[in-house]
Amino acid sequence: MGAGGRGRDAQGPPPQLSPTRGRSTSGGWPDMAAAKTKATAMTMVSTSAPTTGLSATALRRIEALVIPVGALVGSALVFSVFLLVLGKSPLQFFGLIWTGGFGSAFSVQNTLLRSAPLILTGLAFAIPARIGLTVIGAEGALVLGGFMAAAVAIPLVTGGWAPQIGLPLMALMAMLTGAAWIGLVGWLRHYRGVNETIASLLLSYIAIATMNFFVEGPLRDPASANKPSTMPIGELYRVGPIPGTTVHWGLAAGLVLAVVLHILMTRTTFGFAARMTGGNVRAAQAQGLPVGFLVVGCCAIAGACAGLAGFFEVAAVHGQANASLVAGYGFTGILVAFLARQNALAIVPVAILFGALAASGGLIQRRMEMPDATILVLQGIIFVVLLTSETLYGRIPFLQPRRTGDRT
Amino acid sequence: MTGAELFIVLFAMIGGAIRVSTPFMFVALGECLTEKSGRINLGHEGNLVLGAMVAYAVSFTTGSPWLGVLAAGGAGLILGAMHGWICALPRVNDIAVGIAFMSFGTGLAFFFGKPFIQPSAPRLEAIGLGDWTGNPAIAQALQVNPLFFVGVALAVFLSWAFANTRWGLILRMTGDSAASARAMGVSIDLVRLLATAAGGFLAGIGGAFLSLYYPGSWNEGLSSGQGLMAVALVIFARWDPIRCVWAALLFGAAGALGPSLQSIGISQGYYFFNAAPYILTLFIMIASARSKSAASDAPGELSIVK
Repeated sequence: MGAGGRGRDAQGPPPQLSPTRGRSTSGGWPDMAAAKTKATAMTMVSTSAPTTGLSATALRRIEALVIPVGALVGSALVFSVFLLVLGKSPLQFFGLIWTGGFGSAFSVQNTLLRSAPLILTGLAFAIPARIGLTVIGAEGALVLGGFMAAAVAIPLVTGGWAPQIGLPLMALMAMLTGAAWIGLVGWLRHYRGVNETIASLLLSYIAIATMNFFVEGPLRDPASANKPSTMPIGELYRVGPIPGTTVHWGLAAGLVLAVVLHILMTRTTFGFAARMTGGNVRAAQAQGLPVGFLVVGCCAIAGACAGLAGFFEVAAVHGQANASLVAGYGFTGILVAFLARQNALAIVPVAILFGALAASGGLIQRRMEMPDATILVLQGIIFVVLLTSETLYGRIPFLQPRRTGDRT
Repeated sequence: MTGAELFIVLFAMIGGAIRVSTPFMFVALGECLTEKSGRINLGHEGNLVLGAMVAYAVSFTTGSPWLGVLAAGGAGLILGAMHGWICALPRVNDIAVGIAFMSFGTGLAFFFGKPFIQPSAPRLEAIGLGDWTGNPAIAQALQVNPLFFVGVALAVFLSWAFANTRWGLILRMTGDSAASARAMGVSIDLVRLLATAAGGFLAGIGGAFLSLYYPGSWNEGLSSGQGLMAVALVIFARWDPIRCVWAALLFGAAGALGPSLQSIGISQGYYFFNAAPYILTLFIMIASARSKSAASDAPGELSIVK
């Protein structure tokens, strides 16, 4: 439900401050407490009631694990039917995903390689989602961040700067670009009332067009005949693999950022204020929270994550900026974040799962003679089933805490 | 740029605006219908791409492009109905489901569309409105597809139906106040399901135009966000079908800017002009968000304007 409380039907129990819909079930609650309850108890279960057996928090955690896993299993079943209709074997399909994703040391490393950008773009969706924004522009921030890293590398490489200075500068440039790009979405949302979902997607298209414009025009490397690209950054400027593996350092950066951002969102004043804003903007404003700063801040963090993913795509994978940067990592990141329920730590295993799907795509294409879009269909099915499963929260009887209050 | 060149650019712009605007118009009318019922479907990008693929495939296998158009509408109808049904479940967010359907529809289209990238299917015929002038440039620019006129007629019909029919009243009431609709004994979920399905049908037809007329072939890069821009366009048009047509023409003209400049040899900044519709959409959204007239015209139940 990371897309926030806005747009929910009037049936949800959390008390809203909307004057036209005073359907609060517990009329006397102070607004602050109401917002806090919603911000922390994302499953919208009233926590005031005494429970028997497991605590309400534990039940909520179990529910938050059982339902997404159930949605994954459900999607696998739906996809199996799809495969059977096409006359293919689901067992072979899932076997190949296992082989291609985790079957050998090589495939595990391939999976991790692909999950590195997914962790970062997943974070780029999840952080704004905690403050109630549906920002789907990570693809654009990734592309533009990667492009800016490659662009700033041109004078650094030709000027003979040491990589120890140049690479951090490139990474910083990518993160700043991404932060400004998505930060703009947050600013437009808060100060101009522009819908952030549409604005961020439009900005993605603008970012891709901007990169194409420079890559095919002013910054085109004359040596790149078939595929217009910027100047290669050279071997010296390449970000190497983590020692002992073939996986580049982007994975480590993603892991560190996931932990840091998890702490930021759950253990700091900033995170609490952001989640409270996500629960109820008006209550947050009434409490004097700097809502504008929080919104722009969360969006800027998201953009920085996506920009960093772009930096690693350029510095560790492609070695230059070109159309290969537009690989759909930004959009898969949305699905990763939804499946992880916007939890920064949970994003890591989910990203690895989707990395495995991407890594086994080639194998499935060869062995089962199916188009590479097969993985896209599977992802689409997971996405739809997962969002449908949102309706189950608070409706599985044995996972509900017993409460004394009535519920409308 | 000489006078003659300007003349050619102008006509290429008008012709291009009509060509480029048609898919915008269908998606926008579909989205308008859906949003009038109080729900938003961001998944029309998926409908558009799937519609394009289905139309091309059906036209290729049966030889009848109009059958393709109908099949594209059917595919869009199914996606729209699924969206409408899922969003009727409690606690499901319509914006998020829209994003999911964007990905689902595109995935299906790419999966089944692979074998149809190479072959060429029979396309829709155009009506030559400029043939009488004898000027080939003008005649070429004024080749208008019948679907454009269907769209305009549909806009007029919808505008009339919203205001003057019982169905229009029920639809607007559901969109403005679910409580009143419930009090009148109207099934809100059913109205929204039908409106989303009908909207999906129209978006599918918009996709058929893409693959069967302009650009006129099926490939994976066919749609570049038209389905999503149409959502912004409906906000800009303030939920009025007639204004949707004008807004679509404006977007079409912005989209036709790059190709028409290219037709007289100006290819500098081609990618920049390609981004023109997105930039225009963004500025329009900035200008129209928070405007009082937009706020008063918006359906009251719509989550995107709350």
